Amino acid sequence: MKIIKLDQISNAVIDLITHAASNLSEDVIKSLNNSLDIEISESGKSVLNKIIKNAEIAKSEDRPLCQDTGLAVFFVEIGSDIAIEGGTITEGINEGTRKGYEKGYLRKSTCDPLTRKNIGDNTPAIIHYEFTGGDKLKISYAAKGGGSENMSRIKMMKPSDGIQGIIDFAVETMEIAGPNPCPPNIIGIGIGGNFERSAIIAKKALFRNIGTINPDKELAQIEQTIYNKINKIGTGPMGFGGVCTALAVHIIKEPCHIASMPIAINIECHSHRHGSVVL
Amino acid sequence: MEFKKITTPLSEDTIAALRTGDEVLISGTIYTARDEAHRRLTLLIAENMPLPFNIEGQIIYYVGPSPAKPGEVIGSAGPTTSYRMDKYAPVLMEHGLKGMIGKGKRSEEVKSAMKKYKAVYFGAIGGAGALIAKSIKSSKVIAYEELLSEAVRELTVEDFPAIVVNDIFGGDLYNEGKLKFAGKFK
Ligand code: SF4
Repeated sequence: MKIIKLDQISNAVIDLITHAASNLSEDVIKSLNNSLDIEISESGKSVLNKIIKNAEIAKSEDRPLCQDTGLAVFFVEIGSDIAIEGGTITEGINEGTRKGYEKGYLRKSTCDPLTRKNIGDNTPAIIHYEFTGGDKLKISYAAKGGGSENMSRIKMMKPSDGIQGIIDFAVETMEIAGPNPCPPNIIGIGIGGNFERSAIIAKKALFRNIGTINPDKELAQIEQTIYNKINKIGTGPMGFGGVCTALAVHIIKEPCHIASMPIAINIECHSHRHGSVVL
Repeated sequence: MEFKKITTPLSEDTIAALRTGDEVLISGTIYTARDEAHRRLTLLIAENMPLPFNIEGQIIYYVGPSPAKPGEVIGSAGPTTSYRMDKYAPVLMEHGLKGMIGKGKRSEEVKSAMKKYKAVYFGAIGGAGALIAKSIKSSKVIAYEELLSEAVRELTVEDFPAIVVNDIFGGDLYNEGKLKFAGKFK
């Protein structure tokens, strides 16, 4: 049994949060540079150049890439051979979130949904747990901005809608979103599960590195089809017109009820701040 | 790409010369406000009370900056999505507001108010908050401090980069840009 102390967890979370806020990951930078080669619109190119410049400034000045430093979202894999000393994992992650957003001079964006009063420390974090074998604790983090989250959609489709229905719903979601979610976007799609599960796997799909290929050949094909169709919409970088609206489309599929076909589309912005750590 | 340099408060001539798609560099004083600040500003107008700043000819920037580090003017400061302010924008234009900076589509009501009151909507680059912060030279909270990042701030900007989305002639870059590039991806 491996013992992990609570402050190991909170310290790891502080590092994840403060690093991701101002350092765009390699996969995102690479895909933005690829987009520059593809983009044919002048204003689209101008936007992409500024986004890349922004990443350079953020890194060198240790300044947040975006002022919306998001809600703190975590996917945590808990090995069966570990024990936590000093409290629960949830407490450790929330403590790390509280301290990380303070230490990094990041914006605190959690509030009461009705009074709209700011909670003040960006807690509670949104945490999804999975239980695995072994003696590792893996914590994956993303700073999820409001603009792109607000344009995300979920639908309980009919089984008869089929693959075409899924493709159409994804493309329609991006049509409606237009400039609002700060394109170019990463599109996470959850197919199957049930109502809440489809949304969780759509979010999880965003954590896959851009440029990796879906091992499921059929899903890889659907991803490519949706990617092409989204880029044909014409929205372009920041919606000023262009052919780079999607950076990537990532799908996760899970079994569902014989009567249902839940589908969730979670949109992520180009400022895709994510990272993970294994304790 | 040519940039048009403009200064605030915006004159009628400046506004009339702007066209959808123009890249601009804005200098002068601008004011920040988001959701709750807008609600409060329009309440003041409804009650015939003075606003915390003279809105005549001014620009409101939809932003909730991240906190400034010690010794810095501001944190990261890119635009937030504008449609949440659509409900409040027309009445502010009626009272003299001439420009808005944000990101994302506006409602038909806002667009017709822009034509009627001769105001312009500028798009800034969402997610470029570190880059945009470089053009902000001073920042002072002038109202609603308790709203933290959502307080109303007076900013002095120099060459703030933006693009004209909606001009006073009914132009809309989001529609025009999309039409121009629809189907062009190979
Ligand atoms: S959608 Fe993303 S890039 Fe745009 S403002 Fe929100 S967090 Fe920043």
